[in-house]
Amino acid sequence: MYFVLRRKSALQVKIQWGPMCIYFPPTVGAGGGNDIQWCFSQVKGAVDDDVAEGASGIRFLTWKWGAVHTSEADIISTVEFNHSGELLATGDKGGRVVIFQQEQENKIQSHSRGEYNVYSTFQSHEPEFDYLKSLEIEEKINKIRWLPQKNAAQFLLSTNDKTIKLWKISERDKRPEGYNLKEEDGRYRDPTTVTTLRVPVFRPMDLMVEASPRRIFANAHTYHINSISINSDYETYLSADDLRINLWHLEITDRSFNIVDIKPANMEELTEVITAAEFHPNSCNTFVYSSSKGTIRLCDMRASALCDRHSKLFEEPEDPSNRSFFSEIISSISDVKFSHSGRYMMTRDYLSVKIWDLNMENRPVETYQVHEYLRSKLCSLYENDCIFDKFECCWNGSDSVVMTGSYNNFFRMFDRNTKRDITLEASRENNKPRTVLKPRKVCASGKRKKDEISVDSLDFNKKILHTAWHPKENIIAVATTNNLYIFQDKVN
Amino acid sequence: MMLSKGLKRKREEERETETLAGDAWWLDPSLPAAAQAPPATASSSLFDLSVLKLHHSLRQGEPDLRHLVLVVNTLRRIQASMAPAPTLPPVPSPPAAPCVADSLLASSDAALSASMASLLEDLSHIEGLSQAPQPLVDEGPPGRPVGGSPPSLGALDLLGPATGCLLDDELEGLFEDIDTSMYDSELWAPASEGLKPGPEDGPGKEEALELDEAELDYLLDVLVGTQALERPPGPGR
Repeated sequence: MYFVLRRKSALQVKIQWGPMCIYFPPTVGAGGGNDIQWCFSQVKGAVDDDVAEGASGIRFLTWKWGAVHTSEADIISTVEFNHSGELLATGDKGGRVVIFQQEQENKIQSHSRGEYNVYSTFQSHEPEFDYLKSLEIEEKINKIRWLPQKNAAQFLLSTNDKTIKLWKISERDKRPEGYNLKEEDGRYRDPTTVTTLRVPVFRPMDLMVEASPRRIFANAHTYHINSISINSDYETYLSADDLRINLWHLEITDRSFNIVDIKPANMEELTEVITAAEFHPNSCNTFVYSSSKGTIRLCDMRASALCDRHSKLFEEPEDPSNRSFFSEIISSISDVKFSHSGRYMMTRDYLSVKIWDLNMENRPVETYQVHEYLRSKLCSLYENDCIFDKFECCWNGSDSVVMTGSYNNFFRMFDRNTKRDITLEASRENNKPRTVLKPRKVCASGKRKKDEISVDSLDFNKKILHTAWHPKENIIAVATTNNLYIFQDKVN
Repeated sequence: MMLSKGLKRKREEERETETLAGDAWWLDPSLPAAAQAPPATASSSLFDLSVLKLHHSLRQGEPDLRHLVLVVNTLRRIQASMAPAPTLPPVPSPPAAPCVADSLLASSDAALSASMASLLEDLSHIEGLSQAPQPLVDEGPPGRPVGGSPPSLGALDLLGPATGCLLDDELEGLFEDIDTSMYDSELWAPASEGLKPGPEDGPGKEEALELDEAELDYLLDVLVGTQALERPPGPGR
């Protein structure tokens, strides 16, 4: 056993051995070290939809402040920053994708980073009807994943339960003018009246952002797609449903390879489904998938064409003191995300967030309790189906902090270095920009202190399932049911 | 829905008033939670709830597979923990054909699911789990492999003998009138084709029914009989 001693600051030393570490003296108080103070920045909510027709018929939506109107189609179902963080995409239950763009930093107003404003809105998926099964296929966008930018245009993949689409989002800020073959209204002139040949020139125009579907990847999934993940080769991607994972090439839509199939020969033997899958950020042959039984399997595509046999199986043995009827349900993993470094992966189950070292399969290296006070309420949460809620989780850019959502519009952050955590609330009450968010605390039992909230007054209809962290800066996007909140750290 | 069983209503009310505060009300805080098994009534009300959830899930056009699998697995846990009743003889398991609910998982077939759901609606108002479920005895016909462990439970295996319900005599006629030819139709037949649709609302509190074992067997045969289809009959049946 060897120790690593690091000086964290003038006042504190970190002693580390293996995955464990302690601080000496222990970090206490709220003001020490590199604390981030999170401030409200913006909130987006579909309220009054002003729909304006652009010159070419592209519909723009402008967003207004103040939530009044709530409609089910506006329920946000996914949130994702692009690789530079300049763009933020949301998908909703109505099949729409809204992309926000960060405005260029204002050199004068250096106390805050650029605001996010609507950049493009388009209808990605429409409801479909499967005539064979007499079923409607929901248009809800389950996931959005951005491709790295290769040219002026942006590309993203969006998926509903059955079909994945590749969208190209491009800007047009100039147009050719000076055609003399057409009239003003577009009608072609009589050719006999044309006496000169004029070459049109490009002239600036108002910026127009167009979204067009470039590929449609359909008919490959019998069950509901829960994940898509782009490979580090930037040529292929995977899509996962409850029982199968398929590998696609971004250029090829009529074929996909099945790489994982856990459907049993006898469906009566079905006891486990796939809940999430992701490619490793650096190794293009490696991916993981999580299950409803709390296991994560790491697979190497080089080993065989069908990766039914995992290379590694990550599973933490059940704690016998916590066993209950609901043990399996709460162990079901709702999200899995690799760290940016690729060394770790994070999983979210109902009550906790776990960090796994890819080199250690038998237990996570870190476990963070998100809302342990719910453990004694599992029966009620089973009754109202909240126990089946699927929370996502995300890493910050440096892999030092992880974030996930909870109920009552609370969300939680865990600092892996300091081992401190914080609970914040996404609410319109603090909607003055640069208002520092006040940490929240839930009182599990006993005497409730001032400013604490008791478990019984939590609103379980206000759940934060989707969160995203800017890849480079301390800017986070938090989705409540139908509002998108953007918070930034306080810039001094 | 009128309930003749005061006991049931009382349990329901208790459950409603429990809210989140009194969830594990049986737990004595001074003792470790693991050492305190919930009393039989807690298990059985949880069983009821799980069965209702299962019904609700099966009634969906395309059930959420994850939800379904988790509920079924939880039901299995609950059933495993409920003490077997010593008095009744073991119930013979349904014939070798896969249980209908398993076929639901197998085909994810909307129409079959809908017909199943409506049939379940008609007859299975599950109540009175004071009579604990029987362990399934693997007494299939010869040739069927009999493993050491009981056959894996399909969702309806749990609903069937486990409920220990007895059918009212007056509902016998209902089964005789069931025209099984509707189940002989092609599997894509939409739910609207003459089937009695179930209510669209969530799991309601359903009335008690009592099935005796012979009726239960007949019923299961009818249900499982839908699986014996090979090719559908020609059009114009």
